[in-house]
Amino acid sequence: MAQKSNKKLVIVENWCKGCGICVAFCPTKVLDLHNEKVVIKDIDKCIKCGLCELRCPDYAIYLEGSDNE
Amino acid sequence: MSSQLIQNNFRMDRLPHIWCPGCGHGIVMRSLAQAIENQGYDKKKVCVVSGIGCSSRASGYMDFNTLHTTHGRALAFATGVKLANPELKVIVVTGDGDCSAIGGNHLIHTARRNIDITTIVFNNNIYGMTGGQYSPTTPTSEYGTTAPFGNIDKAFDICKLVDAAGATYVARGTVYHTVQLIKLIENALINNGFSLVDAISTCPTYYGRKNKKGSAVNMLNSLKENAVDIKAAEKLPKEKLEGKFLIGEFKNTNEPEYTEEYMKIIKKYQKER
Ligand SMILES: Cc1ncc(C[n+]2csc(CCOP(=O)(O)OP(=O)(O)O)c2C)c(N)n1
Ligand code: SF4
Ligand code: SF4
Ligand code: SF4
Repeated sequence: MAQKSNKKLVIVENWCKGCGICVAFCPTKVLDLHNEKVVIKDIDKCIKCGLCELRCPDYAIYLEGSDNE
Repeated sequence: MSSQLIQNNFRMDRLPHIWCPGCGHGIVMRSLAQAIENQGYDKKKVCVVSGIGCSSRASGYMDFNTLHTTHGRALAFATGVKLANPELKVIVVTGDGDCSAIGGNHLIHTARRNIDITTIVFNNNIYGMTGGQYSPTTPTSEYGTTAPFGNIDKAFDICKLVDAAGATYVARGTVYHTVQLIKLIENALINNGFSLVDAISTCPTYYGRKNKKGSAVNMLNSLKENAVDIKAAEKLPKEKLEGKFLIGEFKNTNEPEYTEEYMKIIKKYQKER
């Protein structure tokens, strides 16, 4: 299951331009904007779907590591 | 640090890129890198060619053999590269202005030849780099700095244009539908012939502001709402498609490829001498 993924959600703060795309389209509302930078609001809700990474125009958020236990 | 995909495929000393906050071009560029990586090409055998525009800056960021050429002429340079070295996987990154206005003639004739070049159009319906002039893909009635009272031209459908001209792979995706966009780019790369993916991008800074389309998020939302997959569209009544646009794979066929035909001629006449 997705929840068991070992992947880690990583933010590259100095690359984030605060567009809000990842925040708006995260299916489980994990993310938020604070002072025009993305922040993790509730990591427990993250289903590691990777949609934030696919749509971030600035490569400032991504999943690190593999799904293998 | 950044993701493995970015480290593997980009010139890290050039990042972050200079595109505006929320500019869709970053999403198209990442999708292209992902498609190249998924296909497992040898980086030395890939050549990315661009013209001029915000979109065309992508060739400066991508860590492959790259050529940043003149406005509208990327396909002409790419044709030269491909004929000189047919082993290369040649990819053109271009804007709607670059490829369908100043470069429109190159576009139709490159498609007609069915030369093995994959073209990714970063289509944001405007000239972003020069400040928001309308382009051949700006819809009728919309605004640009050169259309302060609304555009009276009809927009090109770049997919129909290259389909009619002879391209053998034609598809459209959007920066909202990224999973599909990556797949479409992969299929375009696989096709042995002229392939084009019309990647619907967003320019929040000029097109967005001029046309009151709201934030980058609003613009992505309207792509989500207005794009209809070609397969779903076939089953929908005409009224349901009003104001919508189609995405998906429109054409995927096999026809003789230009460089191969060219080499055949050379071989044939070399033998006869
Ligand atoms: C021969 C020539 N004519 C005009 C220009 C000015 N110019 C630079 S980029 C551009 C249009 C870019 O629009 P598009 O290709 O849609 O790319 P975008 O910036 O929107 O990504 C123009 C007209 C130029 N650089 N060279
Ligand atoms: S991986 Fe998916 S669930 Fe987790 S933050 Fe990104 S978009 Fe949200
Ligand atoms: S999509 Fe990227 S640039 Fe935009 S707010 Fe999220 S992390 Fe920042
Ligand atoms: S002007 Fe438009 S196309 Fe150019 S970087 Fe800004 S948002 Fe992107």
